[in-house]
Amino acid sequence: MSVARDEILATLRRSLGVNGVEAPRRAAVEDRLARSPSGVIPKRSQVTGAERLALFKRQAEEGLATVVLVPDAASVPAEAARYLRDSNLPATLRIGDDPRLAAMPWETTALDVSKGPSGGGDLNALSHAFGAIAETGTLAMVSGAENPTTLNFLPDNHLVVVAAGEITGSSEELLGTLRARYGKEKMPRTLNLITGPSRSADIEQTLILGAHGPRKLHVIVVEG
Amino acid sequence: MMWGAIVAAQSRDTSGGLTKAQEARAKLGFPPTAFWTPMTVHSTAKAFKRNAVRAMQDEKLQRALSHVRTNFIAKRQSAVDKLPEFEALRDTARDIKNHTLAHLDLYLERYEAKVTESGGHVHFARTAEEARAVVIDICRRLGAKTVTKGKSMIGEEIGLNEALEDAGVKPVETDLGEYIIQLRGEIPSHIIAPAVHLNRDQVEADFRRVHTELDPHRDLSQPTQLLAEARHILRERFLAADVGITGANFLIAETGTSVIVTNEGNGDLTQTLPKAHIVLASIEKITPTLEDVAQILRVLARSATGQDMSVYTTFSTGPRRAGDPDGPGEYHVVILDNGRSAMLGTQFQDMLRCIRCGACMNHCPVYHAIGGHAYGWVYPGPMGAVLTPSLIGLGEGGNLPNASTFCGRCEAVCPMKIPLPGMMRHWREREFERHLAPAPQRYGLALWGFFAKRPRLYRPATRLAMWALALFGRGRGSVPFLPFGAGWTSHRDFPSPQGPTFQARWQARGKQGKSS
Repeated sequence: MSVARDEILATLRRSLGVNGVEAPRRAAVEDRLARSPSGVIPKRSQVTGAERLALFKRQAEEGLATVVLVPDAASVPAEAARYLRDSNLPATLRIGDDPRLAAMPWETTALDVSKGPSGGGDLNALSHAFGAIAETGTLAMVSGAENPTTLNFLPDNHLVVVAAGEITGSSEELLGTLRARYGKEKMPRTLNLITGPSRSADIEQTLILGAHGPRKLHVIVVEG
Repeated sequence: MMWGAIVAAQSRDTSGGLTKAQEARAKLGFPPTAFWTPMTVHSTAKAFKRNAVRAMQDEKLQRALSHVRTNFIAKRQSAVDKLPEFEALRDTARDIKNHTLAHLDLYLERYEAKVTESGGHVHFARTAEEARAVVIDICRRLGAKTVTKGKSMIGEEIGLNEALEDAGVKPVETDLGEYIIQLRGEIPSHIIAPAVHLNRDQVEADFRRVHTELDPHRDLSQPTQLLAEARHILRERFLAADVGITGANFLIAETGTSVIVTNEGNGDLTQTLPKAHIVLASIEKITPTLEDVAQILRVLARSATGQDMSVYTTFSTGPRRAGDPDGPGEYHVVILDNGRSAMLGTQFQDMLRCIRCGACMNHCPVYHAIGGHAYGWVYPGPMGAVLTPSLIGLGEGGNLPNASTFCGRCEAVCPMKIPLPGMMRHWREREFERHLAPAPQRYGLALWGFFAKRPRLYRPATRLAMWALALFGRGRGSVPFLPFGAGWTSHRDFPSPQGPTFQARWQARGKQGKSS
């Protein structure tokens, strides 16, 4: 352990008037880490079913994403093709190894689908979200071969599929499902919470979309 | 009014001797005030008054600052109005940070263990110099030629860009505002909107000056065109960078995770594409759990930009894992102290709750008038006025706590409920005690103090002063010139007394009360 580390901790303890081995202090820390108490959860997030879905859509649209509901997973490729066509974009799509995406009938569309992370040359990408938060219209993306992180940021247009059943009311509920998946005190390498397309207001406070990340964010919610 | 403020200042605790922080510094073998002064980015905070005068005469700056007054305040208010739980969340956010600061040694140890467990590396740095050395060592080991940088105030505080250049590594700022000010060789004038002091035409001129490989006749008359150009130029830099450096909004002890919050996505490209990701953070960024971060996130974006959530909130835990097709091969966290550990247990501990949202400066009449550069160091506005003297010493930053009208708006909007005006008062008291205030102010206060402590002398003396002031202002109701008071009267008249002193009136009122 470095001298700097020990000295910083020693100064901290001197300033706080503690020695670091006090049982009540250690217990307070262990207790908080074990219980991870929730605090104040906004009432607006405490909705279920159709109301929750409507809240997610409203909030995501307020964040300047577009949202479309489809009845089942099999309808995703057609919706992706429609979106690209209506937006006058080329019929190309970069996706990861997600088995949920692989099971979709891409061959029924004219889309040119390629697989893997992005090296910066892809105009359009499609990812499957881990879940979403209705309270703020936020998508939750986890890293890995299934949905490479580069697909969230390098392409100009990002399409994201999310299952309606995996949309939670609050961010705390989403953290609960994350813990259930990855284990207590564990995290995926990267968790991206995404609320709308990239933007900047650094020039005269004028809001402009498409700063460094995607210019457009299209969310496809699978209801079935 | 002026005397009222002086009375308030006098009546507060003015205990002498060394503070805990100074004692701690002395034990480490450093002089009480200048622990880190020579090791951080250069300060002009001493010349605050001159800087402020210059800023108020700068027409371009004044035009740019008008956006702060209108946009930030209205957006925050609208976001706050839509969340009935906002006030309750401010309380939980404050409580979370207070709990964390009281147990910071233990949470830091846990955080370090969790980062190591996930394959990352934690580097502690006592000073700016140590932090720079850690970053440069990593860059050298990886043979880095260019590094991309997400916005980091710690990077500014330690003067990292200059050090990287000296080491032969090219730093490229990727946040649009930071990129613009890097082209101009400036430091940020606002902690979340670094180029808020500039107008569109100034940015256009800089892009034309620097992007000489592009068509000189291109149209850059719209902000969208400027952004598109920056996106194009920086995309190549992102893909070419060897190392990516970001700041951190939170370090989570529970999981060993660092969190960044951005709107542009530049931070994510910075940390995802290169061989190594280096996180720069200071010790007080530690937050116990994921849930605690979720609480504070609810007040952060609303207070900063008036968004419910920023576009990208990214949680990073360790380097690329087996089977990952992308992500950095190495993950390093540099945890900077630079004087903060000695702030604990002092009157300035509450300042360590700050989450750098910028709401205090967005609502500050002084910031609105002079912008951020006049403050002379990295952190402007009310939070800078409190933090700067803590980090670079009162001798250097002692002017800043005087840059306040004590209107209290900063404290009223602070999501972490930091008592900023109160802490500015503490600094003013210390400035007075250490004889750092200008001599006329010091002697004036001492003279006033002499009388204030002796009521029998105070009453006739104030009566005499009132009489003299009334004489000066006879017939006009105001005094156009005061000896030793030109600082006041060169800009506005001093109101002349209306009738007898307050104490005389109070006495008279008491007598009336008894007789009725």
